Amino acid sequence: MKKLQNELAENDLSLKSSLVAPIQRRAFLRYASATAAASTLLFMTSCDDDDDKGPMDPMAVDLGSGDTGILNYAYALEQLEAAFYTEVVARSMGVFNQTEQQIMQDLKGHESIHRDFLKAALGSAAIPDLEVNFSSINFNDKNSILTTARTFEDLGVAAYNGAGRFLENAGFLTLAGKIVSVEARHAAVIRDIISNGTFSDTADAKGLDPAMMPAEVLKAASAFISTPINANNLPK
Amino acid sequence: MNIFRIIADIEKVDPEVYNKLDSRRSVFKSLGNMGKTAALTAIPVALGSVFNKAYGQSSGTVLEVLNFALKLEYLERNFYAGGLAANGLITDGAARAAIQKIQMHEAQHVDILIATIRSLNGTPISEPTFNFGKNFADWNTNYQTFLTLAQAFEDTGVRAYKGQAANLISNDAVLTAALQIHSVEARHAAHIRRMRNNAGWIVGAAGNSNVPAGAAAVYAGEDNVSHGGINDVKTVGSGYSAEIATGAFDEPLTKDQVAQIVSLFE
Repeated sequence: MKKLQNELAENDLSLKSSLVAPIQRRAFLRYASATAAASTLLFMTSCDDDDDKGPMDPMAVDLGSGDTGILNYAYALEQLEAAFYTEVVARSMGVFNQTEQQIMQDLKGHESIHRDFLKAALGSAAIPDLEVNFSSINFNDKNSILTTARTFEDLGVAAYNGAGRFLENAGFLTLAGKIVSVEARHAAVIRDIISNGTFSDTADAKGLDPAMMPAEVLKAASAFISTPINANNLPK
Repeated sequence: MNIFRIIADIEKVDPEVYNKLDSRRSVFKSLGNMGKTAALTAIPVALGSVFNKAYGQSSGTVLEVLNFALKLEYLERNFYAGGLAANGLITDGAARAAIQKIQMHEAQHVDILIATIRSLNGTPISEPTFNFGKNFADWNTNYQTFLTLAQAFEDTGVRAYKGQAANLISNDAVLTAALQIHSVEARHAAHIRRMRNNAGWIVGAAGNSNVPAGAAAVYAGEDNVSHGGINDVKTVGSGYSAEIATGAFDEPLTKDQVAQIVSLFE
């Protein structure tokens, strides 16, 4: 654990100086040719306006920068997933058959160990516990639970796929790889329970799964997380 | 020539092109200044040197990884095509639809890898001749053997891509595409595993994967519980079983380990 924390600290130092300047110019270039949707995202992630009540909320949990920021971003998503399956196992087992119950138990276990592992690995750099908001989910309804699970798992896969490029440390990249394929397995199983044979229908015409940028992912996740999150310092 | 058009075209292949150019120096600023002092014909040379800086590094390693991945995708594409063509092998409608979908993805992966290798000025390997019957004589007559091999190929594919991610760290676009393939392979693996009444994830070293002893190499090291400097992830939080701890993390395979598995079919 010490080793990882040292590596995190080193990474942060090397990244801070190199990232700041290029972002501004690149952001401008992107802005010049971006679609309306992309420029909205750009605004959300790169604006420095103190009046912005969204991502720049002073009470918001700051994910941090560099590899630490990306690992905290993963930790935030794992917190969300773990909280969801913990709720499912506590409240909803009656709506599932025996095989499905075992799957829900396993998913709760996997997401919880991902969460606890990332927390331990991040050490003092870890963000605090996030508050979740599951008011839109009907935990007595199998369909509501499964479609939420599908959203979370597909989002998790796309998030890790999109964040890999931001990791500077090869060890962390492999680590993220060890987790993302399990998320993809989860996503496939949930999809097949909803409709058998849809396990990989997320892939595009090139056979590629989605890769999403943190701003998009956090926007989608924000409906389920009540703690405001500041992702402005993440690598871009 | 239109430099913005050229860069826009490159961006289609490599969305990070702006960043690559920009992180070394401001190409637009440089070109702007140059315009005042240099003739237009000088620009292609200047452009070439900028691109060399952006793309010249470690493309050898990246190409090696891409051709390594291409071989695996050829193997998978070929295997599923053979299975689908074998009379009476895959008769169930849902199973056939799933195998067709997977075969389509593997063919798409072959295409995108070839295109990516060419875009980096590399040479894609030609399709090898595989011999699936070399060690598994009934691979295309016994449905269970076919599914067992499919599972082994998918889980190997997931582990192989994972093992090469670090070698692609210098090229964001290729790394991202590899990750996007990697998670599709994991989705395939989960489905095939469940077609064989296994869990969708790998618990321990072959423990829950229901494969013959000869296929143990596919699952070697999957019982690892040490990650990211934490010696035993079973101990994090309030503690976890070995089943949860090993199921929650997929493990990489090295190039040599993968080559050894593939050699069973060459």
